[in-house]
Amino acid sequence: MYGEGFFLQALIYLTAAVVSVPIAKRLGLGSVLGYLLAGVAIGPFVLGLVGEEGQDVLHFAEFGVVLMLFLIGLELEPSRVWSLRAPILGLGGSQVVLTAGVLTVIGLVFDLTWREALAIGVILALSSTAIVLQTLREKGLLRTSGGQSAFSVLLFQDIAVIPILALLPLLATSAARTHGSGTGGHDTTWVEGLPGWAETLVVVAAVASIILLGRYLLQPFFRFIARTGMRELFTAAALLLVIATAMLMSKVGVSPALGTFLAGVILARSEYRHELESDIEPFKGLLLGLFFISVGAAIDFGLISQRLGLVVSLMVVLIVVKLAILLVLGRVFKMSLDQNLVFSFSLAQGGEFAFVLFSFAVREGVVETSLASTLMAVAALTMAVTPILMLLNEKIVLPRFGTREREDREADVIDEENPVIIAGFGSFGSIVGRLLRANGVGTTVLEYDSDRVDLLRKLGLKVFYGDASRFDLLKAAGADQAKLLVLALDSHDKRMELVETVRKHFPHLVLLARAGGRREAYDLLEAGVDHVYREKLDSGLRTGVDALRLLGRRAYQAFRAAQKFRLHDEAAVRELAEMRHDRKLYIHTARQRIGGLETLLLGDLEDSGDTRDKGWDTESLREEYGGRGSG
Amino acid sequence: MNRILVLFAHPALEKSRVNRKLMAAVRDLPGVTFHDLYEAYPEFDIDVRREQALLVEHDLIVLQHPFFWYSTPALLKEWQDLVLEHGWAYGSEGRMLEGKRALSVVTTGGGEPAYEPAGHNRFTMRQFLTPIAQTFRLCGVEYLPPFVVHGTHGMTAEEVRSHADDYRRLVEALREERVKLDGLDDLPRINWNLNQLLRGAGEEI
Repeated sequence: MYGEGFFLQALIYLTAAVVSVPIAKRLGLGSVLGYLLAGVAIGPFVLGLVGEEGQDVLHFAEFGVVLMLFLIGLELEPSRVWSLRAPILGLGGSQVVLTAGVLTVIGLVFDLTWREALAIGVILALSSTAIVLQTLREKGLLRTSGGQSAFSVLLFQDIAVIPILALLPLLATSAARTHGSGTGGHDTTWVEGLPGWAETLVVVAAVASIILLGRYLLQPFFRFIARTGMRELFTAAALLLVIATAMLMSKVGVSPALGTFLAGVILARSEYRHELESDIEPFKGLLLGLFFISVGAAIDFGLISQRLGLVVSLMVVLIVVKLAILLVLGRVFKMSLDQNLVFSFSLAQGGEFAFVLFSFAVREGVVETSLASTLMAVAALTMAVTPILMLLNEKIVLPRFGTREREDREADVIDEENPVIIAGFGSFGSIVGRLLRANGVGTTVLEYDSDRVDLLRKLGLKVFYGDASRFDLLKAAGADQAKLLVLALDSHDKRMELVETVRKHFPHLVLLARAGGRREAYDLLEAGVDHVYREKLDSGLRTGVDALRLLGRRAYQAFRAAQKFRLHDEAAVRELAEMRHDRKLYIHTARQRIGGLETLLLGDLEDSGDTRDKGWDTESLREEYGGRGSG
Repeated sequence: MNRILVLFAHPALEKSRVNRKLMAAVRDLPGVTFHDLYEAYPEFDIDVRREQALLVEHDLIVLQHPFFWYSTPALLKEWQDLVLEHGWAYGSEGRMLEGKRALSVVTTGGGEPAYEPAGHNRFTMRQFLTPIAQTFRLCGVEYLPPFVVHGTHGMTAEEVRSHADDYRRLVEALREERVKLDGLDDLPRINWNLNQLLRGAGEEI
């Protein structure tokens, strides 16, 4: 069905992504900006490789946003969404209402009709779910309180799209209508023409059916699919689930993104959650990338260059207004300054809904075409500068006004250099740190979560705030003088980045790294870390030792068995790390190793082979000396 | 009534033939606290205060262990190093163990003739045990001649049972203070002629 044209397009988009994203990441700009720049580059105004059809691609790629919200839903249990209801309604509600209000007033000042001004105000009050969440996640900020607040606001905005879609036709003067009646989006919906209560009823019924199906039918359905043993069929079923939900929701007039988010939340407790996640993740990543590229390509530089002054001033106005309102709200909702800055800078842009809603508003005759396209360009540009704004916040604003990277030192205190730096002071890092401190070893902590930094500083720890993989932060923390660096960060990617920085700039540092599982341990060993600690190994072994004891084994025997197991297992990890790129050899060696372990453990049991603790064995002595022997 | 503490040290009891039986003979006796060190401290994480409290609560300390390279298993050596603290067990301030008694209960693979000047171990058991004897003496503890079970390598089940029986009878007699402990110094081991010793203690044989 697709000819050469399709392949050519795919080639262009993929090349753009593959070339620009790694460069952007390398420069510390983040992948979102990379995709956007790639879009600009291939767009009609630079290389001209994609033209009008870019709009279609954009619509197609919006599905990436839908998938993203489904995945976010999967990670959220219903109880957690419920616990977020205050920030969603309070923070999100006031953000939308206040921003829309201020923007409307500004519109009125510039002689727009109140209808136009209100429509524009409401549309531009929304932010970009895709860009914000992706950027926050990439920076590891989604779990901080600022990230959570941003997420709540975005969730409210997604819900708000529904009443906005209903509101826009009401703003139209009947004479100006170009397309007659219509209440939904571009698609016809089932609820058209129904009275309000019936519409609500249909929506409730749709959500209820998703809940019921999710609870009772999905499990047997996926079990049935899983029994076929075909991996790709499971992926197909997962995609089918998301698409069907999205369609059902848009048919009843709910935004597909919100609908699939709900579906995700409902499935968050399902036993197939992890499979769903891993199956949909790559599609989401690709489509979201495509979406960002399309946004970049859709920026109408022709229009912008014609009205450069206007576009730029509108951009500035929009960003400043949103930023100011967000900062005030953050203050009112008692966020710490750092978190407030992250929160506010992340949300100060127009959103992807602007494209949909402005087209709709034009069709409904609420907003005039040329104004709408100017504003769409403004929205796209503000989206494009969001990653840059967040970078500015991170590099310039936060270091000056936020939690300080290092504490002011009192002049008369001689600052002794600590021999150990601990990167990441979560549950893992804090155990290491406490043990060292209890034994009089000074530690310097690098931490990325500003709330935690404040707490640790209050407790009197020497804490540096920021991205531990940054050279300048490491240097400030005394990496030149330190002897050891404990890598206790949660994120494996961050650990790997840190290893790279340390290997390059501080080769004298001995690295002790935490690893999630074997795979991460392989990565770290390969990157040149000498001491790797798998998080679960020790607790697993201790559990095993206790299990053996409870079954009546001698405590010391169980302990020795665990010691041997650990030695064997760690040797195996080191050995396998060296050959993991040779798959055949890897599997062969892994088998051998497992076999070896079995012999070892059986040796303990059957008292044979050369693995037992022979020193305590008297068998050979008995054979040699019988009754006359030695001690 | 003497309160008796048996400090038992065997790193691989699952491989033991003799010590297991000896242990079973005394572990449930009234008035006896049986303390299995390798079971309590598999990671050598000896709780010094708890061990000292146990010592204070008892009058007779029995060290029961196999004879490994002419000495105790590693954990029992660690126990001595950590528990018998200066200022607590010995030294001008350390008098917590004064007046107590101690007894070694040791099994050896080799037979008794091997532990004579002419035997291939060249020294007697009492000579080999001098470090322990002197340790206790320094702590003001009277160290009794050891209870030694020789020749476990070639021992029949019947013989093992008989030694276990001796062990139990001795412990009971010591508990009830029926054994005359004067003039035992010359005995190579306390079970050299146990029947005679216990008969003196009024036991019906």
